[in-house]
Amino acid sequence: MPETHDPPIDRSFRLFPEQASSVAGEVDAVYFFLLAVAAFFTVLIFVLIVYFALRYRRGANVRRGHGGHTNYTLEVAWCLVPFGLTMVMFFWGAKVYYRINLPPAEAAEVYVLAKQWMWKFQHPEGKREIDRLHVPLGRPIRLKMISEDAIHSFYVPAFRVKNDVLPSRYTTVWFEPTKPGAYHLFCAEYCGTGHSKMVGKVVVLRPAEYADWLAGRTDEPLAEAGRRMFEGFGCHTCHDPGPSQRCPPLEGLYGSQVPLAEGGFVEADEDYIRESILDPRAKVRAGYRPIMPTFEEQIDDEEQMILLIEYIKSLSRQRPRGAQLRSMENADEAAPQDPLPPPGVRPPMDDMPE
Amino acid sequence: MTAGLPRNYLNASYSVWSWFFTTDHKRIAILYMVSITLMFFVGGAAAVLFRLELMTPQGDLLIAEDYNKLFTLHGVVMVFFFLIPSVPAVLGNFLLPLMIGARDLAFPKLNLASWYIYMIGALFTIVSIVAGGVDTGWTFYTPLSTTYSNTHVMLMAVGIFVVGFSSVLTGLNFIVTTHTMRAPGLTWFRLPLFVWAHYATSIIMVLGTPVISVTLLLVALERGLGIGIFDPGMGGDPLLFQHLFWFYSHPAVYIMILPGMGVVSELITCFSRKHVFGYEFIAFSSLAIAILGFLVWGHHMFVSGQSLFAGLVFSFLSMFVAIPSAVKVFNWTATLRGGSISLETPMLYALGFIGLFTLGGLTGLFLATLAVDVHVHDTYFVIAHFHYIMVGGMVMAYLGGIHFWWPKITGRMYPEWWGRVSAVLIFFGFNLTFFPQFVLGYLGMPRRYHAYAEEFQVLNVMSSAGASILGAGYLIPLAYLLWSLRHGRRAGPNPWDAVGLEWQTPSPPTTHNFERPPVVPNRPYDYDPGEHAVSSPGTPSGAPERI
Repeated sequence: MPETHDPPIDRSFRLFPEQASSVAGEVDAVYFFLLAVAAFFTVLIFVLIVYFALRYRRGANVRRGHGGHTNYTLEVAWCLVPFGLTMVMFFWGAKVYYRINLPPAEAAEVYVLAKQWMWKFQHPEGKREIDRLHVPLGRPIRLKMISEDAIHSFYVPAFRVKNDVLPSRYTTVWFEPTKPGAYHLFCAEYCGTGHSKMVGKVVVLRPAEYADWLAGRTDEPLAEAGRRMFEGFGCHTCHDPGPSQRCPPLEGLYGSQVPLAEGGFVEADEDYIRESILDPRAKVRAGYRPIMPTFEEQIDDEEQMILLIEYIKSLSRQRPRGAQLRSMENADEAAPQDPLPPPGVRPPMDDMPE
Repeated sequence: MTAGLPRNYLNASYSVWSWFFTTDHKRIAILYMVSITLMFFVGGAAAVLFRLELMTPQGDLLIAEDYNKLFTLHGVVMVFFFLIPSVPAVLGNFLLPLMIGARDLAFPKLNLASWYIYMIGALFTIVSIVAGGVDTGWTFYTPLSTTYSNTHVMLMAVGIFVVGFSSVLTGLNFIVTTHTMRAPGLTWFRLPLFVWAHYATSIIMVLGTPVISVTLLLVALERGLGIGIFDPGMGGDPLLFQHLFWFYSHPAVYIMILPGMGVVSELITCFSRKHVFGYEFIAFSSLAIAILGFLVWGHHMFVSGQSLFAGLVFSFLSMFVAIPSAVKVFNWTATLRGGSISLETPMLYALGFIGLFTLGGLTGLFLATLAVDVHVHDTYFVIAHFHYIMVGGMVMAYLGGIHFWWPKITGRMYPEWWGRVSAVLIFFGFNLTFFPQFVLGYLGMPRRYHAYAEEFQVLNVMSSAGASILGAGYLIPLAYLLWSLRHGRRAGPNPWDAVGLEWQTPSPPTTHNFERPPVVPNRPYDYDPGEHAVSSPGTPSGAPERI
């Protein structure tokens, strides 16, 4: 589907932003509560000041000097009232924040690469976009975001979501679009000269339109491109199941709890995989020797890293999807899962060549 | 000054060196006043330029590089070289010894050194601007500032590093002075609230400032020597910078408001002829704000990649700041009740302060509330919020204080009519400038945007129009205060009939402040609202000439 068919962003003058995501209404509800509290106290103080200034103006015939120096009942009251109100703000805000921060398990994933001064989006199916993101209506979308340079921030006001995009690790934003249309995407963290040009739009399509769009001209799926890189670097010689396997198997790795040589476990998320490629000795899997070299030199940018990560993640998709999601959700309570090596593979510790 | 006048700190000697080598806290206050006024207009000029730019959405008046340098300049100059020293270094310096009945601060030479350090810091900053500017924003976020910016970050960082020592030494001086040099009878609970506020501020200055100094030093190490601390490309952690930066810079926000609260407590009582309501509560709320200020820095980082749990804790703690803030506002308002209120210029500023601080403080709760902050973080909502505190609060308090103590500082009255006109102008100009920015922020306009989406233009034009009124409002006092130095009516020692110890000295005070050490027999703000009940309201300039 050609880009020219994208709906335009609504640029009419307004005093309140559109609500176009499942959390927008919830955020606005908290906001209206805050607005009511703020308006009440601002008006109260303004009215009292004006009233007192008029009533007790110098020269007016009025009784003065009453009220004493300190009234402890009043003092306690105006400590407790702000306390009570702010606790409502805290708990309500925290509840919605929690929801904003925890993507539903069934969310579809898109990779986001931020760099001075553009947004690159990579759909696992192979679509790649710049400064423009197409998403389907009514489906939760989880963005895995990383920066090539400075800190950026992914912000879609109509969705009420924002999260910084760091150069060091993946951060996540999720949203569920509830209204078809096109919405502003802004970089919200100042990132240098072209900061205000680092804008784009998020296009929300109805599911059928989205399917058409996705079926249009496309690049090869990320996992496929990742597989070619994986083999190009010769990763498979050590990682693939078989007699020469000297490194941990990657099947079922993503989302699992990895036992570490130094004790403890780490969840095999995108950051763990990325770190293990760049700095393999940082967190060595229990039972393996730290023989893998760094691939920092070979991998040009975060874009290539995403391909590798997506390939490694695809190796876990053979597993029942439900099981994988459960293990991500309940990472702490679930027993550490160390997927069994495929049959016929020798335990890696034995007679490892020096 | 006529020859017949008694000797005072201004006419004690006339040579240039008698000013540059003075150890008189009052003369040092004047040195600061001149310096920060210059810096205020440097920072203000930058604001004029970028408000002009923001009249149109396209970014057509300035190129992006220059726009970015201007808002950086505005932030750095206003925060570090105007707001932080404003009330403490000018009014605090001048008044603290007078209010506690002392001859000077505890360390007069250190006080002079503070000013020189300030000037050296200012010099570095000005040089960095003249040499081409800095484009990182006043927040210097890494790795932008350490790796990606090609501007004079090091020079400006040195400027801020240096000026930090000025803050530390001033804070130290105030703390020691308050502890050791109070007049006989002046117990802690007889201290004016201005002194309490400065004491609380000084604690933050002494404890917080070294952290920003160290942080900027680390930025310099990374940028200059390539030692990886913050840039993940060199093995650093970019969030570490934000933690260190805000560990200082959030308490610094309270450095920029607490002294203003101290000023307001003095003004409200004097112009309503009333003992302050809830003295202990106002005094301790200053300390509470100073302490809480160190526990809430993470609320600047709710969407930074900080953990969910940290977000919850910092949001919870930030809510507590509302309590001492509300306590102050309610107590000031209650002080008005049953008073004898006259609306001279300083009182207009003080009442304006209460209203604007209330709105500024309440909008701070929006930012402390997690879900709402996700949406408004780094938008114009934040800009509007902190300008309500910094400009609506601190600048109003500073101007109110300057007008109130102008007769004490210079011996002359300012023209009352002009004073009221500009106070009202500033109030309306300020609201027109910054109120639309709350709306813009919730609509989603990000801060630090050189060009912006066209639907935001109407509100931006309103804001720029307000800024021009605000600008005029600031130029008028500059003009009439300078005029009053020569032509203002002579003030007499106590034109407001105020009760603080500083009003027991001649105007201007003598070099040694008091003929003999005053004795303080009772609590402060010993006003009698009945006393003026029958005099006509709004007597111009407040009080009769006494000399």
